[in-house]
Amino acid sequence: MSKAKTDGAITTTQPVKFYQVGSFAVGNRLVDPSLRTVQADAARTNAITSGHRACQGCGEALGARYVLDAAMRATGGKLVAVNATGCLEVFTTPYPETSWQLPWLHSLFGNAASVATGVAAALEVQGRNDVRVIAQAGDGGTVDIGFGCLSGMFERNDDVLFVCYDNEAYMNTGVQRSGATPPAARTATTEAVGREPGNPFDQGKNLPRLAMAHGIRYVATATVADLHDLEAKVERAMDFRGARYLHLLVPCPLGWSSAPADTIRIARLAKESGLFPVFEAVDGEVTAASGIRRLVPVEEYLRLQGRFRHLFDSSGAVAKTDIVARLQKLADANIERFGLLQPEVT
Amino acid sequence: MEKPFAITLDVGSSLANKTGSWRVERPVYIDRLPPCNDACPAGENVQGWLYYAEAGEYEQAWRQLVQDNPFPAVMGRVCYRPCETVCNRAQLDEAVGINAVERFLGDQAIEHGWSFEAAPPSSGGRVLVVGAGPAGLSTAYHLRRLGHAVVIYETGATPGGMMRFGIPKYRLPRDVLDAEVERICALGVELHLNRKVTDLPATMRDDGFDAVFLAVGAQLAKRAYLPAGDSAHILDAVSLLHSMEGASPPRLGRRVVVYGGGDTAMDAARTARRLGATDAVVVYRRTRERMPAHDVEVEEATDEGVLMKWLSTITEVDEGQILLEQMVLDDKGFPQPTGRFEKLDADCVVLALGEESDLSLLTGMDDVEIADGVVQVGPDLMTGHPGLFAGGDVVPAERTATNAIGNGKRAARTIDGWLRGETPREPARHELAGFEHLNTWYYADAPKTERPRLELVRRTSTFDEVVGGLDETNALFEARRCLSCGNCFECDNCFGVCPDNAVVKLGPGKRYEFDYDYCKGCGICMVECPCGAIVMEPERA
Amino acid sequence: MLSQLEGSRAVAGAVVCCRPQVVCAYPITPQTHIVEAIGASVKSRQLKHCRFINVESEFAAMSVAIGASATGARAYTATASQGLLFMIEAVYNAAGLGLPVVMTLANRAIGAPINIWNDHSDAMAVRDSGWVMLFAEDNQTATDLHVQAFRLAEELSLPVMVCVDGYVLTHATERVDVPTQEQVDAFLPPYKPRQVLDPADPVSIGAMVGPEAFTEVRYLAHAKQLQALERIGEVAGEFAEGFGRHSGGLVSTYHVEDAEVVIVALGSVLGTIKDATDELRANGARVGVVGITSFRPFPLDVLREAIGDARKVVVVERAFSAGFGGVLSTDVGLAISDAKARLSTVVAGLGGRAVTEAGLIGVFEDALGDRLEALRFLDLDKDVVDRELARMAGTRRSGPSAENVLRDLGTVASGAL
Repeated sequence: MSKAKTDGAITTTQPVKFYQVGSFAVGNRLVDPSLRTVQADAARTNAITSGHRACQGCGEALGARYVLDAAMRATGGKLVAVNATGCLEVFTTPYPETSWQLPWLHSLFGNAASVATGVAAALEVQGRNDVRVIAQAGDGGTVDIGFGCLSGMFERNDDVLFVCYDNEAYMNTGVQRSGATPPAARTATTEAVGREPGNPFDQGKNLPRLAMAHGIRYVATATVADLHDLEAKVERAMDFRGARYLHLLVPCPLGWSSAPADTIRIARLAKESGLFPVFEAVDGEVTAASGIRRLVPVEEYLRLQGRFRHLFDSSGAVAKTDIVARLQKLADANIERFGLLQPEVT
Repeated sequence: MEKPFAITLDVGSSLANKTGSWRVERPVYIDRLPPCNDACPAGENVQGWLYYAEAGEYEQAWRQLVQDNPFPAVMGRVCYRPCETVCNRAQLDEAVGINAVERFLGDQAIEHGWSFEAAPPSSGGRVLVVGAGPAGLSTAYHLRRLGHAVVIYETGATPGGMMRFGIPKYRLPRDVLDAEVERICALGVELHLNRKVTDLPATMRDDGFDAVFLAVGAQLAKRAYLPAGDSAHILDAVSLLHSMEGASPPRLGRRVVVYGGGDTAMDAARTARRLGATDAVVVYRRTRERMPAHDVEVEEATDEGVLMKWLSTITEVDEGQILLEQMVLDDKGFPQPTGRFEKLDADCVVLALGEESDLSLLTGMDDVEIADGVVQVGPDLMTGHPGLFAGGDVVPAERTATNAIGNGKRAARTIDGWLRGETPREPARHELAGFEHLNTWYYADAPKTERPRLELVRRTSTFDEVVGGLDETNALFEARRCLSCGNCFECDNCFGVCPDNAVVKLGPGKRYEFDYDYCKGCGICMVECPCGAIVMEPERA
Repeated sequence: MLSQLEGSRAVAGAVVCCRPQVVCAYPITPQTHIVEAIGASVKSRQLKHCRFINVESEFAAMSVAIGASATGARAYTATASQGLLFMIEAVYNAAGLGLPVVMTLANRAIGAPINIWNDHSDAMAVRDSGWVMLFAEDNQTATDLHVQAFRLAEELSLPVMVCVDGYVLTHATERVDVPTQEQVDAFLPPYKPRQVLDPADPVSIGAMVGPEAFTEVRYLAHAKQLQALERIGEVAGEFAEGFGRHSGGLVSTYHVEDAEVVIVALGSVLGTIKDATDELRANGARVGVVGITSFRPFPLDVLREAIGDARKVVVVERAFSAGFGGVLSTDVGLAISDAKARLSTVVAGLGGRAVTEAGLIGVFEDALGDRLEALRFLDLDKDVVDRELARMAGTRRSGPSAENVLRDLGTVASGAL
């Protein structure tokens, strides 16, 4: 195309980017299809198809489709999924209907990692190394009841990508505390009463760091709020052989007492406040962290969730300043540890 | 495969479960009115043409633009950009450089010789347009496209009106103006120059017109009485700017005082600088804040060395010197004399105190009401005389070319309706797409591309255009900064964020639709729509 | 091929000939020698196309087997005692999913008190899990049953557990005719899974089934066990054709034709019982033995027929249900509910206590003389338990009875109290 008449003007040299939606939206009609997310593709797998019985605004349903569709693309559709017991299993496969569109196996609550090991071993001995294996579980099935099997799968370096859909409590059984429940959060077993309402501080299990300590090839965290980041990580994970771990934050409107419409917004605030650091690690070392773009104080994240309502008064102002300050300290520590306010490392 | 009963299931069978029955609210796609469209006096669908421009489809963008405004190259230079003032992006970083992109498109059209789609053959009425300024030409353009025969009578020897005689060359090169006027004439508009209408009723009757659009503008300079010596050199800004179109520029001297505070005053002062004045001083009786001139004009004038003398009135003009009285603003903001005086050297005083219309052609038309020097019209721009419409600077309105072009478009629609004996329906206006409707997370940070400016030295010594255009690269960059407020631009967010796969992607340019069989009404699509093009509506029982 | 070798090695040899593709191993005595031997075969490439996986628990072992089996691989593991209990959730799951996993259970007591020796408490804990459970009487049977187990499991798409008495068989060295690879290959076709995880033909395995179909699913599991009841005998017959010896079947009988008293038992104790029978028969007593090979499915009809017109049935079992009595006895009782025979339960050999021929002769004699109670604990040290019961009656406190008993027996030093 020819240049416009510029009347001797000085030409600016900024590169043309797609600033209208930048790289944050699902797609963009103007960018090359290869740069759009898998979710932008009308021919995506829809690994979980419509008709599933997840609650309105379910972050896990969304996250699982994001992960599996990306993995399906990365593997050319040669994928087997193993599922732990939990919401994801229950809402997708109530007899006589299943929402899955790929080979899928549910065995038990605590054994997804081991079952996946078996699947991977079976594929290997049958010479089917082209078919890849994903195991998926909620936070309970990962950090608590499933941790033994997961740790074994990690240390043996079995060729499985284990995905934890972390909604920070046992939602399927009615919102009980798990080892991934954050401090101060109200659950059915950490009620918002007493001097330290909600879940106690200084507890809980940091699974991504435990995974890294196993020395597995690849560990990453992500949220449902940044699809490009998530899909890149799934794709990257599929480039490795051996044990890999992806920890995905998936807000739960039921368990978090949040508006179904706010699922992605809340996930975004979890990251932007620093409470949920988004990073990746290769061979046990952090190699990249997703920087904070619009830093927010933790109360912006907390305020949208009923499980933290006891920290605020009826006007929405912070009532429990000491607790919120402690949560802010956790966020600040993450920001410091992962350098979240520095320019993007990736 | 022999599948065990109940335990092993066929994939995708959950489609039998229509979860849409859970819904209490349904998402609905809507179009909201972008603030730029809302603010555009010419009624442009700014977001609409930026949509094409950001895809690099410049001709399509230009064609969308000229649906409303046949002067993109002119407007891209002289419009005061009310669109940019209200642009939502200003709250994010800086407003989109809409005007710059408009100019780019206009220039592209001229460069590539894009012409308007052929107008239908004249089959309707025969309409006289009096005056070939922005209002008249705009009306003629739209009427012609509506299938009417249009004849323009223009007093002067060249078309363009105040676009030619009120706007200096350094803001609007004449080849640009000529190109856009010619393109309108090429639609089949009959333009008669040097044809002054003195008796409108007679002209209407004798030349057989069904309707008239009066757009003679306001070209007479308002005068003020100034005690002046015989040798004092005083002229008015309209004459000054008009004479710039002639062969020999006027002599103003080295020290020029311009009296007034509007855009014309700025144009006069900047013209004086270009004619060799070392001192060009604008004398205005009130303050900068109360000055009617647009900021961009004041800034550019100041950049070029034009000085401002606030809170001053000229009380006496002599050869080589004037006497100023200092003023103060009273409680109501009106200037009041202080009795303190000062002298200022001046070789010449240019009066820029406003303009008024020559409405002598209406003499004898008792049914046309004139008040405060302007013609009174209804919302349909029709005067009290059936079939006589008026617009532009002859009616009460802001006197800008953009507004005149908008008047022209509106008049064409109402004249068309009047000729057909129909009341034209006002197109339904959508709810405004305010900033609060946007989810700005999805827009990357992208400051506005500064339009390159000519070096000041060059600006004050020549009449070369001051503000440069964008080249394709930065025009594209700028267009892509558009947030597309209130209008789907196919970012795929709704399609991607639905946990129930209940959004159907219809393909490029066709947007999306909801699959209400499965949509549970969670509302994530609404919250995550960057541009606010989805609303939730209560589900009916 | 006849060899003198340890039972575990014989079993391992048979399993290796079955060409398992995924073997998961977690150590627990007394099963360990079996998987050690298989592991060595895999590592030495004697067994090719097999992944030997050292897992972190029995729960993982069965879970890996589930995943492997569902992906079309022949899967095997072995466990015992606490290990079986630790994997019990997965044991039920494998059966519920209809996955033809084969597992060796080296039978061992369950704690507390912890005890590494043989009894059948572990097997009895999973009798309702839906697995086919076959009990080996000797190491030849143990070896042969594994070959049949894979065939049965894969034909029926059901998991099969081969129960081999810990130590008594697993660690006993005796002469065994170990099948050859050719024999096994001729008998056992490659695994063709009924359902499989395959991207070319995707299915969802392991759906949640509610009240509307759960009963039907369970009924079908029962029907499958009834099919197994048919096939177990047939497979044993086919095995006999191919290998030239009889092994397996539903039950084995010994001198039951004219027996007045029939002893019913599971596993290796049958050998001693048969010796006692020979002794009594020599003296003209009409006694006989029924060994149950297939504990699940339970062969009610075949058992009833085998018992025939005996007037007394004695179930000798190495397990019991506290607060109730015999476990196997309940099933046997159902089999003979229409007969006139009287039933007694003799709980014997718990936690590895030797079941002696003399003790069994005493049982037979008491049965013949109508002196056998409904429930007898063979060789129970009455003095010890009576003393402890007296203590308990005095204090009504829960406490470490086991320790007290051991102190009474002089096994540990006193002084704690």
